[in-house]
Amino acid sequence: MKFLLVEDNQELANAVSSRMRLDGHVIDHAANLGDATAFVETGDYDLILLDIMLPDGDGRSFLKAHRASDLDTPVIILTARSQVSDRIGSLDLGADDYVTKPFDHAELEARCRAVLRRKAGKAQTVIETGGIIFDPVAGSMSVRGTSVTLRNRELRLLEVLINAPGQIFSKQKLADRLFSYDDDASENAIEVYIGRLRKHLEKSDLRITTLRGLGYRLEYDT
Amino acid sequence: MRSIIAFILIVLPQLILAQEWEDQQLFNADAPAQPLRIISSTDTSLFAPIIADFVAQNADISVEYLVTGTADIDQIFRANPEAFDLVISSAMDLQLKLANDGLAQRLPDVTHPSWAQWRQSLFAFTSEPAAIVINRQAFAGQAIPRTRQELIEAMRAAPETFRGRVGTYDIRQSGLGYLFATQDARASETYWRLMEVLGALDVRLYCCSGDMIDDLASGDIVVAYNVLGSYATARVESRDRLEIVLPSDFPTTMMRTAMVSIEAPQPSPATAFIRHLIALQSRTDTDVFQLPPLNTQSNDIERATIALEPALMTFLDTLKRRRFLAEWENAVIQK
Amino acid sequence: MTHSLPVSGSLRNRLVVILIGGAAILAFLLFFAVRNYATQVAQQGQDNILGASVASILDAATIRDGEVEIDIPYASFSMLSTPFDDRVFYAIYQDDTFLSGYPELAVADRADRFQTVTFRGEAVRMITAERILIGIDQRTRIRVALAQTQDALSGTLEQISRNAAILGGGFFALAALLSYWATSTTIGQLQRLTDSVTKRGPQDLSPFKKPVPAEMAPLVTSLNSLMGRLDQSLSQSEDFIAEAAHRVRTPLATVRSYAEATLQRVDKKENRQAMRSMVRAIDESSRAAGQLLDHAMITFRADHLEREEIDLVDLVHDLVLRLTPIAEMKDLELRLQSDAPVAYAGDPILIQNAVRNLIDNALKYAPNESAVDIVVTAAPNVQIKVCDSGPGFPSEEVDTLTTRFKRGRNAEGTIGSGLGLTIAIDVAKAHGGDLVLSNRKEGGACAALLLSS
Repeated sequence: MKFLLVEDNQELANAVSSRMRLDGHVIDHAANLGDATAFVETGDYDLILLDIMLPDGDGRSFLKAHRASDLDTPVIILTARSQVSDRIGSLDLGADDYVTKPFDHAELEARCRAVLRRKAGKAQTVIETGGIIFDPVAGSMSVRGTSVTLRNRELRLLEVLINAPGQIFSKQKLADRLFSYDDDASENAIEVYIGRLRKHLEKSDLRITTLRGLGYRLEYDT
Repeated sequence: MRSIIAFILIVLPQLILAQEWEDQQLFNADAPAQPLRIISSTDTSLFAPIIADFVAQNADISVEYLVTGTADIDQIFRANPEAFDLVISSAMDLQLKLANDGLAQRLPDVTHPSWAQWRQSLFAFTSEPAAIVINRQAFAGQAIPRTRQELIEAMRAAPETFRGRVGTYDIRQSGLGYLFATQDARASETYWRLMEVLGALDVRLYCCSGDMIDDLASGDIVVAYNVLGSYATARVESRDRLEIVLPSDFPTTMMRTAMVSIEAPQPSPATAFIRHLIALQSRTDTDVFQLPPLNTQSNDIERATIALEPALMTFLDTLKRRRFLAEWENAVIQK
Repeated sequence: MTHSLPVSGSLRNRLVVILIGGAAILAFLLFFAVRNYATQVAQQGQDNILGASVASILDAATIRDGEVEIDIPYASFSMLSTPFDDRVFYAIYQDDTFLSGYPELAVADRADRFQTVTFRGEAVRMITAERILIGIDQRTRIRVALAQTQDALSGTLEQISRNAAILGGGFFALAALLSYWATSTTIGQLQRLTDSVTKRGPQDLSPFKKPVPAEMAPLVTSLNSLMGRLDQSLSQSEDFIAEAAHRVRTPLATVRSYAEATLQRVDKKENRQAMRSMVRAIDESSRAAGQLLDHAMITFRADHLEREEIDLVDLVHDLVLRLTPIAEMKDLELRLQSDAPVAYAGDPILIQNAVRNLIDNALKYAPNESAVDIVVTAAPNVQIKVCDSGPGFPSEEVDTLTTRFKRGRNAEGTIGSGLGLTIAIDVAKAHGGDLVLSNRKEGGACAALLLSS
């Protein structure tokens, strides 16, 4: 997936970008509206993350111009304003969703997925590997032609693993990716989800192996 | 010594009041209360029915009626205002001066037209013209004079008929006479000519109407000038012999007035009596009220009534009176 | 939010007092002036007659044969006749010898002089006049004092006073009527301005454009300028708050992002714990700030409730859509149950905020992979009920919980679910309803937002 992040705060932009890249997304960063306009004209983005307060103007005017030019790229607003007053204006102007700063990355990811799912059809993100067809945006998976229903966290876990096959993920890392921080979900819960996912993948060529003391790894049956 | 003082203290007031009254009469003597004392210049015969009527309505009041001349009334009353309840007199000027001097009570509750009262203290209850009363026999065969001028001419034409047989008031003694004289003199110079004629005819001078009319009735005099016609009318027996002439050149009409003494011992019966008088005169009951009632047309020129006003005091002024009397004497008493 | 303003006096009363008081003073002045003038005129009239009378008496004085004669004209006293029959007194002196009249009436020292003296117990107006008579070999001074009581004068004065009093009273009545009218008209203008201020909506800070009387123009101008400044300062402060929030939240967001990113790389348990605490602290503070702002906004809107026709189902549905991504993160299901649209007149922003707080709480307490039920019903009451299958409210507190979060309690102590509940209660109360908390039999908490029209 290709995202455009319009954010004047360089550090926040870096933080968001690095996190997004973990999920295998491509992130372009524009620090102002001028750059953002240029990026939109040249690149074909699946999603725009738009800050409202920018040095050269108000993000909402950019949004308005963007919607006026008949582009339907979904936009998620990053706002520092009060939730109530801004929500109305942003959504009225054509934003698909918004996130209030400071935001939980898990929430941002969830919202991004939700927006992309709503706008589905445009971006083809289907992954075909090891006997499964997996669409992380739609949240669907089939194993050898049989559709399997995945719960959200199972889906997120699979997405994390499938994006980096062969890489070892510690329980902690996986928990960090799966849970938000206000929820005290323990790392032990990860075992539950790993267990469930293993069951779903039984008939495929994909295996989640446990590396004692280190974590888990997705491997192909050979 | 003490008994002498006591005697004086008891008798002296009696002496003061032991006045020579022309008449003195007590009405309703049986009434327990102190009598209502009226000092008046009006003959008892004219007033008796009025008082009788009053006591008939007020059985508990007795009335003492004292008659004397108008000038005497003024003197007696001024000396002892506390001795009398009511003062009734025909001398309007003297009455007005009494009121002006504060010797009359104001009776604000008595309603009477303003021209017939002064200061709510002096109340008129008759209108009586001064008349020339003539014995018809003296004018047998000739016209009876209707004016002063005609009288003058008649007397000049036959001085011997009239010498010593004409009469008028001695204005030095009679208050009413003085009032008539001064008012006549104000009205016309004719008065002085008449006085000169009368003086030349050895006019007889009278203190009071009664005497004058007596002499007229008896034939001692044939003309009486400025006598009250009402008195003459009252003399029933001489009515057909006497002609009462109200001079048509200028009339002089007097109003008899009554007032309550400022020091009246019995002010409320006195006020009641005034009310009674006023009420009586407006009724036409000539049996009780034989005096001529008030002229309702007081402004009638034919019978001009002497006005109740401070000007009445003019001729009472010492200097003025002295001068007027001197002039009068000059005309009437020809030595 | 009706403050009782300290009131100092009343314009209407002050106007009425000033106008009516002024009218009363003027009426009194008028009365006294007229009476005083009338007194002078009447006294002048009496004096003139007395003067004429005394002149005519003096005029009649002659010396004849060396003796003074005064032939007082009848008219001298006649002219002193009055409707009230005033008493007349006089005294004539030749040099210092009393000639006639009233000996007790003393002549004044100076001639041609009017005095008011007491004679025989009555106040009399007296004039003294004199004349020098010149005989053949004699020169004598005649002095006349003439006095008259003042009954007619006081009678006239009484009548004039009565008329003056009627005049003054009439003037006063008319003036009072006029002042009532003037006051009503004047206050009416203020009242109209007040009405138009009162009728405005809470957000209307536009200037007044209706014409007002010139005297009120400065007030309205300052009012307009005040509102202009208020409007400007409101938008400035809104901008400021937005700017401040931006400035604070953006670095917080940065810190949070780094913390999260760092967490990915840190393995040591203590360090991870510290990072998580940091993230949680950031979340807590930003959430608290957001809720405080929300609470302030809600308090304001609740005080100036503006109702509009809305479909509660629609409104809740939007909310469910919006919260679904968060619910999914916990594998929670948001189940909205409703049969038909529920029409209701209320403030959508308030209701949405209240319901969102209820759902937030439910999401927070609901166990993983469970469902949160949201029911919107129209009968018997209009209510929005949010139920979870979490631990439920502490059974001993369920009845007292709502009172604990009543408005006015210190918000600081109730950040989090507490402030959320407070907001929900405020919204319910503003709509004439209530918040009812209960526990489900099968376990879990229910919060019902009851609304009444």
